[in-house]
Amino acid sequence: MAYKIIGSTCSGCSACDPECPNDAIREKSGVFIIDPAKCTECEGHFDTPQCVAVCPVDGCIVKA
Amino acid sequence: MQSAYISLGDLKANRNALAEPAASESAGGCSSSGGSGKSSCGSSGGPDDMPTEIWDKVKNHPCYSEEAHHHFARMHVAVAPACNIQCNYCNRKYDCSNESRPGVVSQKLTPDQAVKKVLAVASEIPQMTVLGIAGPGDALANPKKTFDTMRQLTEKAPDIKLCLSTNGLALPEMVDEICKHNIDHVTITINMVDPEIGAKIYPWIFWNHQRVTGVEAARILHEQQMKGLEMLTARGVLTKINSVLIPGINDEHLIEVNREVKKRGAFLHNIMPLISEAEHGTHFGLTGQRGPTAQELKAVQDACMGGANLMRHCRQCRADAVGLLGEDRSEEFTLDKIEEMDIVYDIDKRRAYQEKVEAERQAQHQAKVDALADALDASLIAGQEDLKVLVAVATEGQGRVNQHFGHATEFQIFEVSRKEALFVGHRRVDLYCQGGYGEDEQLPSIVNAINDCHAVLVSKIGACPRDELKAAGIEPVEEYAHEFIEKAALNWFADYCTRVASGAIVHQERGDARIRQGAVMAA
Repeated sequence: MAYKIIGSTCSGCSACDPECPNDAIREKSGVFIIDPAKCTECEGHFDTPQCVAVCPVDGCIVKA
Repeated sequence: MQSAYISLGDLKANRNALAEPAASESAGGCSSSGGSGKSSCGSSGGPDDMPTEIWDKVKNHPCYSEEAHHHFARMHVAVAPACNIQCNYCNRKYDCSNESRPGVVSQKLTPDQAVKKVLAVASEIPQMTVLGIAGPGDALANPKKTFDTMRQLTEKAPDIKLCLSTNGLALPEMVDEICKHNIDHVTITINMVDPEIGAKIYPWIFWNHQRVTGVEAARILHEQQMKGLEMLTARGVLTKINSVLIPGINDEHLIEVNREVKKRGAFLHNIMPLISEAEHGTHFGLTGQRGPTAQELKAVQDACMGGANLMRHCRQCRADAVGLLGEDRSEEFTLDKIEEMDIVYDIDKRRAYQEKVEAERQAQHQAKVDALADALDASLIAGQEDLKVLVAVATEGQGRVNQHFGHATEFQIFEVSRKEALFVGHRRVDLYCQGGYGEDEQLPSIVNAINDCHAVLVSKIGACPRDELKAAGIEPVEEYAHEFIEKAALNWFADYCTRVASGAIVHQERGDARIRQGAVMAA
């Protein structure tokens, strides 16, 4: 139960990072990655996964 | 003249700290009327057009004063990459195409890196007076990075004016913070006041932890923008409204936008052409939405005259630009180069330099006033009282005609009449002269870019392009090399009128011109 960021399409804009309720997102080599151990797909926090909702690149964040 | 400029009145009424406006010292320049004196010159407004405390805020701000933009420089630091909305003219995979050069990913900076860069630029370029945070996302969607940068700069470079630009969505909740950091210039991009139109420009916003789409998204954005603008006006913060002109979507509508933002106290309105090439990968670029022609842009800008003051000297610069508007020296200040620099922030040296620049600017203003009398006489003698023509000018700064035709990457456009030499815009072109030789294939694109002009004023021009320009009906003029621009344009106009009167030439109208798309400047 986790999302992942497809690094080749990530623009590195950082919009997802502060929205994550689990502090599961961090920067690595100019793009962002999700720690699958921390990601809950926002269940219990929000109706929709926050990183997916705020990401400007369609299809960049998908179910792992 | 009817006093249409209510925003200054609002500002004054809402700001106890403001002193009474000083009386006009000179009859020159533009007229004012009433206590809230509206400049008749748009952003060309000078000290005669506005209260002293407002003039003090804008006089050395290249974005807020057309006069200042010939002399003072600005820089942007790219500390704010995230955005909270999606615009159809922006491709977030790269950069925002209207705030930044498209297709080139900026070197993102941390606040500490940004502060170091600002201090380095300020010590190398003493006429750099303004620091802005303009993305590449939205300054207020990255509040921590934006305000951390501002806080450090207030301490380390107290003479630099701080600005930011925003789409307005997060603005109302950030107004207190903006005021706390002494940011007294804020740019809001407002492309519509009708959510139905907004839905064609904004596919979605991120709001209250949800992606909101369609008319509902545009409605929320619109309400936040208007509320934020009103709050800034109430706090005495100067605001500039940027609007992207999208033909067929918001062209006529921008006149209403102008009216609405003026009503809420906007200081300046900057109407910019849509940039949309397919290779930028934006929604508009990919769906074939075209940008406006030069005359379409000018028509909307002209229709807004008398509303909020218009800014026409915007270069739509990238989010990490450095230098005078129209030039970009960011390559000189990359992170590794800054590391090697010996940075000494000498505030007295900066002030002394800026005083010299200010003296030069005043000389330019006086030269314009003097030249107006000659232009008036000549046009009356020629029976051409209503004649208005455009002239293109090659300049590399200091407000003078001081650039070789072949070295120009842009031409400044002035509308000249017996009453004024009004800056109405600029046109980017590809360099004609490369490695000392003229590139003849570039010439048609340059002619296209200034095709609506009657003359081009340059410091020098080669024989080949001179003949080609003449054949295209544009008069190349070297006689005013190194003169101040407005004086040169008015003197040329007087001469033109005289030649028309003598029958030496016949006045003819010019056609439209093309706004160049794509990269702002060669790397």
